[in-house]
Order: sequence, then C-alpha cells, then structure tokens
Amino acid sequence: MHFTINGNSYEAEVDIRTSLLDLCREHLGLTGSKKGCDHGQCGACTMLVNGRRINACLTLAVMHQDDEIMTIEGLGTVENLHPLQAAFVKHDGYQCGYCTPGQICSAVGMLDEVKKGWPSHASADLTDVTFDESEISERMSGNICRCAAYPNIVEAIREVAAEQREVTA
Amino acid sequence: MKTFDYARPGSVAEAVQAGGRFIAGGTNLLDLMKLQVETPERLVDISRLDLDQIEEREDGGLTVGALVPNSDLAADPRVIEKYEVLSRALLAGASGQLRNKATTGGNLLQRTRCYYFYDTAAGCNKREPGSGCEAIGGFNRIHAILGTSDQCIATHPGDMPVAMRALDAVIVTQRGDGDKRRIPIADFYRLPGDTPHIENVLEPGELITHVELPAPPEGKQTYRKVRDRASYAFALVSVAAVIAVEDGRIASAALAFGGLAHMPWRNPAVEAALVGQAPGTAAFEAAADALLDGAKGFGTNDFKLPLARRVLIATLRDLTQ
Repeated sequence: MHFTINGNSYEAEVDIRTSLLDLCREHLGLTGSKKGCDHGQCGACTMLVNGRRINACLTLAVMHQDDEIMTIEGLGTVENLHPLQAAFVKHDGYQCGYCTPGQICSAVGMLDEVKKGWPSHASADLTDVTFDESEISERMSGNICRCAAYPNIVEAIREVAAEQREVTA
Repeated sequence: MKTFDYARPGSVAEAVQAGGRFIAGGTNLLDLMKLQVETPERLVDISRLDLDQIEEREDGGLTVGALVPNSDLAADPRVIEKYEVLSRALLAGASGQLRNKATTGGNLLQRTRCYYFYDTAAGCNKREPGSGCEAIGGFNRIHAILGTSDQCIATHPGDMPVAMRALDAVIVTQRGDGDKRRIPIADFYRLPGDTPHIENVLEPGELITHVELPAPPEGKQTYRKVRDRASYAFALVSVAAVIAVEDGRIASAALAFGGLAHMPWRNPAVEAALVGQAPGTAAFEAAADALLDGAKGFGTNDFKLPLARRVLIATLRDLTQ
C-alpha cells in the first residue's frame, strides 16, 4: 500500500485490518498520534485527512491510499512550533500530555471549520456563528482530557482563534 | 477483529454486484468489527463512489447523496435555510471528527448502542437471534418505551433519521439486479417483534444511493435533545418538530422522536391531537397522552415516560410562542 503522510511518501505491507492509527504508530514510526480508547470516543488519535479532522482509529488504512494525511509530526517542529502548539505551551494546555496531539490536530481542523462558517450545536443562529467559549467546548467535545486541563486548552485555542481572525479581518 | 476480503468497486452498478458488507465512513461498522459484534467476510468500500453531492430538485426539495458526510449536510446553506431541524439534529449528534466521516446513508443504518448488543458474552436477540434479551430485567436506562417486544427493547440511536422522519424523507436504493426503489422513511425501519436482528426493509446487497427531502414544510422547525451530558452523547429523549400556527390555531404538525423506540418514532395520533387546536397546555397535554399511549418502562428507563412528556410539551411551547 502507498500513503502520503505529512508530505512524505510511504510504502507499507500491512494486514487489511490495520487502522490508519496503527499504520502510523506501529508500521511507520509516527508515534505522535496516540491510542486512547481505539473506539472513536476519546479523540487522542485525531488526524487531518485532506484537511478534515477524523478519528484515525475508526478508519482502515487501506481506505486512505489516495489521501493527504497530516499528523501532529507534520504540523510543526521543535524549532518552529505551529501556533496552536505554541499556545498550548504558553497556556499549559495539558498535564500528562497524552491527549495533546489529538487536541491540537482537532483544534486545527475545528478552526478551519469555523473559518468555513460551519455552525455547531452551540450556535444560536446557524447562519451567523459567534465564536465564544461555549462554541470551543462544544466543537472540541470529541477530545477527552483525563487530566481535565480543559480551561487552559480552551484558553490556548481562543488565543489562536483571535489571532487568526485579526489576520483575516 | 476477524479478517475479511476487501473490494473497492468503481461504480454503484459494480458495488451492488460485489456481494459483501458496504463500508463508507466506517465509524459504526469498524467499532463493531473490533468487538466482533459484526464479522463481515467481505467489505465493499463505496467511499469513493460519486454519491457525495447535494442537488436541488424542481419541486423545491433536495436530493442528498448517500456519501455526503454529516458535517457537510449540517452546514449546507440550503439545508440550514429550508430544513433547520435536520441541521440541528446532525449537529446534536456525535463529535466533530465523527461527523466529518459519518455519511448520510450510513447514519440511517447506525446500529443500537444497547450495552448487551455490544457485549458478546451477553444474550442479545439482535446480535444472536434466539440468545435472549438481557436488557429486559437488566440495565436499561437508554432503552425503548414504545414499540418494544419481549425479544428486544433496543433503541435506534440516531438523531439525523429522527429529523428525516419528521420531514418525510424518501430513501432511494439500488438492488443487485439494478432495480431502483424509493422507500418512504415511514416504511424503511422495522419494529423488533420476534426478528430484532432485521432492522429495516433493505434486501441483501441493496445500496442506499440518495435521500430525497421533500419541499420544505410550512412552519417553524427545531430539534430538542436531552442527554446525560451537554455534548457528544446519545439521546435519552429527542424530538424533531415542525409546527405551523395560523390564526391562533395549529395548522400542521410533524413530530418525530428519538431515544424512545427501535426506530425514529412518529405517531399520527400525536399530531391529530394538535392540529386545529389553539396552542396551550390542554392541547400539549393531549398530544403527550397520545404519544405515551401504550408506553411501558422496564425499570431503569421508567424516567423516560415523564421525560418524553416534558420534552414534547417544552418543545411545543417554544415553537408556538
């Protein structure tokens, strides 16, 4: 099978049952994405596929051979952090850190959804979204933090969202 | 997970001939395969087929491709404008990640979240016909109070199908012989009876290709969902409501319910109790009486009877104010 992950090409011979998450972690050495529940309930495995956030544990690798896959390893480097990575460090948006790669990938996808004008369950008006804390909590509900670092996660995301709005305004 | 053959047909015609279990988003099927609740011998990957468009029809309705993801359907400006109840129902379900993957066709076929269905050590007539129902007499907080049988008290877990039931959607399919069918959603789902493992009228190999939404109904629309936490949880009770009021009387009403039955639940008697009446407590209580006629709790889900009444009345009050 052939895959494009973080702009790099990979060839892999894997069992047909292999999830996209296990492909990355167990076969390609990309261990940044984490396995929490392995059933789509915790969000630790969140990746971006063709720019959209999904649960990598709940999809088969074989179904993604023609896709552009982005994991936490592709978002930034130690020297050049992605703005969300920097904001998570600044606001201490974690304790143990296990959910963090999924939180950050999810937030990247989520902010793109907001930019496209997608409403959420928290939107009073589906055609005019006011992006506030309740929107962040609702839109990030697929990412569980067992350490309950939620206030700081929300703060980090809010700061990056505000910066993005200034740039586009 | 048990192993399987994998095929990726290039067209609908090839897919319905492929002979296997269809997979698109996979968010429900792979979950169940990991637990060996589902053990398909062959997966037919339809995720690349050309069924991901939303098209306007001349009658004012929309035709939704079976592969349109839940996220895209919820955010489509035409859906938001004409079918707010559907957008709201979709947004009330699952998480952002899951909605990006889950499809329109797959969501119609989502399987129950009954604890005993998921537990392969437990008796479950839906998973293994003839093995009993441990939800009856067991933990049944999330289970049905309407349309149950002594074989199964599972609920359909979806939100989107509840809205589609209120909107009288039509499910378009293609069979192995190439024949197409248009199945009104009212005729699509089955009650458990003594065959709870058969959940709908699809035949083996029959593929959902589209869902047709009729021209938008008159009136105000909403979807109200009550659950154990504020987000990312299945409905205990939900209601999809479309209500029109003219000259101080309820002119039309479409009400479908989630969390109460083996299928999105709609009872014409509930709507008949409202149409022609002035909005108010008397009419709303009569509608709730009609809804709960024949309802039965199984112990830990007894609370759903008063909860369904209150959710219905609150929703009617909001929409007719």
